[in-house]
Amino acid sequence: MSLSNIVIQFLNGLAGASSLFLVAAGLSIIFGVSRIVNFAHGSLYMLGIYIAYSLIEFFGRSSILGFWGGVLLAALIVGLIGVVIEMVILRRIYRAPELFQLLATFALVLVIKDVALYIWGAEDLLGPRAPGLRGAVQVFGRRLPEYDLLLIVIGPVVLGLLWLLMSRTRWGTLVRAATQDREMVGALGVNQTFLFTSVFFLGAFLAGLGGALQVPREPAQLMLDLTVISDAFVVVVVGGMGSIGGAFLAALLIAQAKAFCIGIGDVVVFGTTLSFTKFTLVVEFVIMAIVLVVRPWGLLGKPQAAQRGSTMVEPPLHPLGKTFWSVVLGLVILLAVAPLGGDDYLLVLLVDIAIFTLFAGTLHFLMGPAGMVSFGHAAYFGLGCYGAALVFLKLKLPMELAIFAGPLAAGLGALIFGWFCVRLSGVYLAMLTLAFAQIAWSVVFQWDEFTGGSNGLIGLWPSDWLKDRTVLYFVILAFCVGGMAFIWRVVHAPFGYVLRAGRDSPLRADAIGIDVRRFQWFGFAIAGALAGLSGALFAFSKGSISPETLAVSRSVDGLVMVLLGGVQTLTGPVAGAAVFTWLQDEIARNTEYWRAILGITILVIVLAFPQGIAGFVKQMMTRKGLLKEVAA
Amino acid sequence: MDRRTVLKWGAAVGAAMMCMTSGAQAQDTIKIGEMNSYKIFAAFLEPYKKGWELAVEEINASGGVLGKKLEIVSRDDNGNPGDAVRVAEELLSREKVAFLIGTFPSHVGLAVSSFAKEKKILFIAAEPLTDKIVWDQGNKYTFRLRASTYMQTAMLVPDAVKLKKKRWAIVYPNYEYGQAATAAFKKLMKEQQPDIEFVVEQAPPLGKIEAGAVVDAIAAAKPDAIFSSLFGPDLAKFVREGNTRDLFKGVEVFNLLAGEPEYLDPLKDETPEGWYVTGYPWDQIDTPEHKKFREAYMKKFNDYPRLGSIVGYSTVLSAAEAIKKAGSLDTEKLVAAMSGLQHMTPMGMITYRPQDHQSTMGAYVGKTTLKNGRGTMKDWYYADGAKFLPSDADIAKMRPAD
Repeated sequence: MSLSNIVIQFLNGLAGASSLFLVAAGLSIIFGVSRIVNFAHGSLYMLGIYIAYSLIEFFGRSSILGFWGGVLLAALIVGLIGVVIEMVILRRIYRAPELFQLLATFALVLVIKDVALYIWGAEDLLGPRAPGLRGAVQVFGRRLPEYDLLLIVIGPVVLGLLWLLMSRTRWGTLVRAATQDREMVGALGVNQTFLFTSVFFLGAFLAGLGGALQVPREPAQLMLDLTVISDAFVVVVVGGMGSIGGAFLAALLIAQAKAFCIGIGDVVVFGTTLSFTKFTLVVEFVIMAIVLVVRPWGLLGKPQAAQRGSTMVEPPLHPLGKTFWSVVLGLVILLAVAPLGGDDYLLVLLVDIAIFTLFAGTLHFLMGPAGMVSFGHAAYFGLGCYGAALVFLKLKLPMELAIFAGPLAAGLGALIFGWFCVRLSGVYLAMLTLAFAQIAWSVVFQWDEFTGGSNGLIGLWPSDWLKDRTVLYFVILAFCVGGMAFIWRVVHAPFGYVLRAGRDSPLRADAIGIDVRRFQWFGFAIAGALAGLSGALFAFSKGSISPETLAVSRSVDGLVMVLLGGVQTLTGPVAGAAVFTWLQDEIARNTEYWRAILGITILVIVLAFPQGIAGFVKQMMTRKGLLKEVAA
Repeated sequence: MDRRTVLKWGAAVGAAMMCMTSGAQAQDTIKIGEMNSYKIFAAFLEPYKKGWELAVEEINASGGVLGKKLEIVSRDDNGNPGDAVRVAEELLSREKVAFLIGTFPSHVGLAVSSFAKEKKILFIAAEPLTDKIVWDQGNKYTFRLRASTYMQTAMLVPDAVKLKKKRWAIVYPNYEYGQAATAAFKKLMKEQQPDIEFVVEQAPPLGKIEAGAVVDAIAAAKPDAIFSSLFGPDLAKFVREGNTRDLFKGVEVFNLLAGEPEYLDPLKDETPEGWYVTGYPWDQIDTPEHKKFREAYMKKFNDYPRLGSIVGYSTVLSAAEAIKKAGSLDTEKLVAAMSGLQHMTPMGMITYRPQDHQSTMGAYVGKTTLKNGRGTMKDWYYADGAKFLPSDADIAKMRPAD
């Protein structure tokens, strides 16, 4: 790269950093105070760009006042939408188990996407260039858009304003206090309700502003929500959650890394061509993985303060009694007679549910008893898929053997990734699992000759004796029921007790001589291996796989199932996987705006059963005396 | 009401509903299963859906097929192979459809084609562009309507060769379609212009191009011409940054698919002048078959057709013609009928080639231009797909035997 190229790519990086920072700052503030992982933050950004587009078209494409008025008004409207979301939905579930709010914001993503489709239509909407800033200025013989220069300034200005707000106003002091110790702030008589609502307003306003400011740079379109949210999460985590300065630093780091990967292009090293432009697919996740391994709380973050009494404390598990096993037995008998119904499709659906139950079950094992939240559990599902598929296709081993390559590959992956992950905790651990999952995904996605690249692998059909739907159904069911029974057994084995001890009180566990990390590491590997088994079963039940089996959306589906069923109940994943899979199938078939309806359904469940479906059933049974009182 | 009464009523209502659904499966319709990623690729697939709705209406108005009404049972496949295969199972076992049509992204198309082979049912892939679905991974039961990545790339090559430009830059979305387009372009150009140089190659992630940086990296290499296979939001961002930064001055640009209304229309006044593209100038095609289609479409939907509309419309036409030719719904007969099937579409006559099951549907090749504040195509011609395919010997080498 020549000097002029370096300068111009550096300026491109700065402009990109400003855009990234604006979205990430809002997410960081919201998380800092409310501990809500706001999955809908990207959706708010998307609304920002759509609303700004409409307002600018309404005020006139060429009016300077119209443009900036449109941008600010759009940000304000999005801020108010944030307020409504906080007041109507989130406020009701602050006391639910940790991360449960993520489920509500996931539902909002679905709803907002369909609402945007309904209002603005499917076509991409490219706004006008910014009036007065249409042109470009010469920099080293290159032309840099005037609007990019403005963006380069806006980022630091917003950072400065936020800093003033946080350090020079009473409101800012309260926000910082709440970020550090929310309960103490409440105990001192501060009106938390107002504080939370106003924080949500600010966060949503910043998301909306970030979106609105992109109108001259990119079209408004329906994929923006998910594209943006992953970027925003990465920036927030790399910077340190809750740290605005950190978010700025991280945005700068990531945007510059991308600009320079693009600027460097292809490089020939020892005769092989390395494509840095292809590396942009995953560069932010590689940076996140490195940062988290070296600095477990991000660049400028602090260790997460423990939360006291704000959420429902998980009651200790009691040994699985007769009631539990008789319910399980009843369920298995029901499943065993299902083929008698004569509906082939019911079996197909039940196979899907069984596989996802096992997948969700392993994630639940990690999140619940082992106390490690994973945002990248699909990595092990996908490694299982690809492990089994590759052994089947390349080594030509029979399918009966190939299935076992799934858990093997996934278990190995989990051993490697897990070794790093168990060194962290909380959301940072979750984000590191996400980073590894994305890295695994990008390898599978790019490695055309071996994994089939983005097209995936096809032709993974089971052996002849399994061609019959009913036989296949029973075999897969046996694997899944066996897998779940194994997990339940492990939870109640000494190994499980140790994991729970490590989760509930790492210090005490340490003090009595338990190597908590090592047990967590093995727990991670067991969960990974079993997730790999579910992946292998999935591959042979579908006949084809693609990189989507390791993608974020699959991890999120798993999280949704676990949370929907109830984190604090062992049968939660069964209920969650069944309800989610069935709902999606049923709603998608019968309605056009199925995402919105699915989202609203989930919201209703979230508000009605903050302890999850299985948690709710358990509570009812306990109340009726069918179950022994658990929490003494 | 005690619990028992509730249960009784519940059972009665359930039974009644079962009767109603089975009653609806009347014997005087032929059902075809259609599946697509309606929510994920809405910009292309909304017009596509309108297209096939129009076709069904027209076919049934003129007496249906084999004396029965044609019915399309449509499902959303959610853009991933797992859901797609489940939906396909549902269409077959519950809806008892005769065969499957549809799909948009390549990996979903391939998954359904593998499913079709396994279950021995006919599958007409509407949109997936991947070359593999008819070549490397082709099978007896799968046919594909649209001109593939290779064909559309090959259609741009004659113009590219004529310009005799030496230094080429390449930019493509980093997944199979972009990689295949790039590989095909390089291979075909090198054959005809051995001294060609590819000075820079940019592969931004799909939907996440850092357009400013990519434009500057290309400008730094000082190319004479650019070959791009960007589309959608990536294309819009690339065009805007390129225009603002003067990348395209004195540089010839070739862009696959950019003339399709789905991707050209959003550019509005930003539309670049004189790019060589494949696309669909819907307002300028005045062949009788297209005029008839356009008028019927605009009358029914009060909107103009996009390329998706033609794809949806023609897919259902192919399905209906196959049934007519086969005279039955038997899979083997349907597959035999599809092989060599010839019928009229709004783009003209097409044939499903027996040697690789690819239809000869072509594309319109021309240059972009700005007219009344919106993008359109000029100097365009219809490139017949049949002329842009490899030799039969090459295909035989790639395609596995049935």
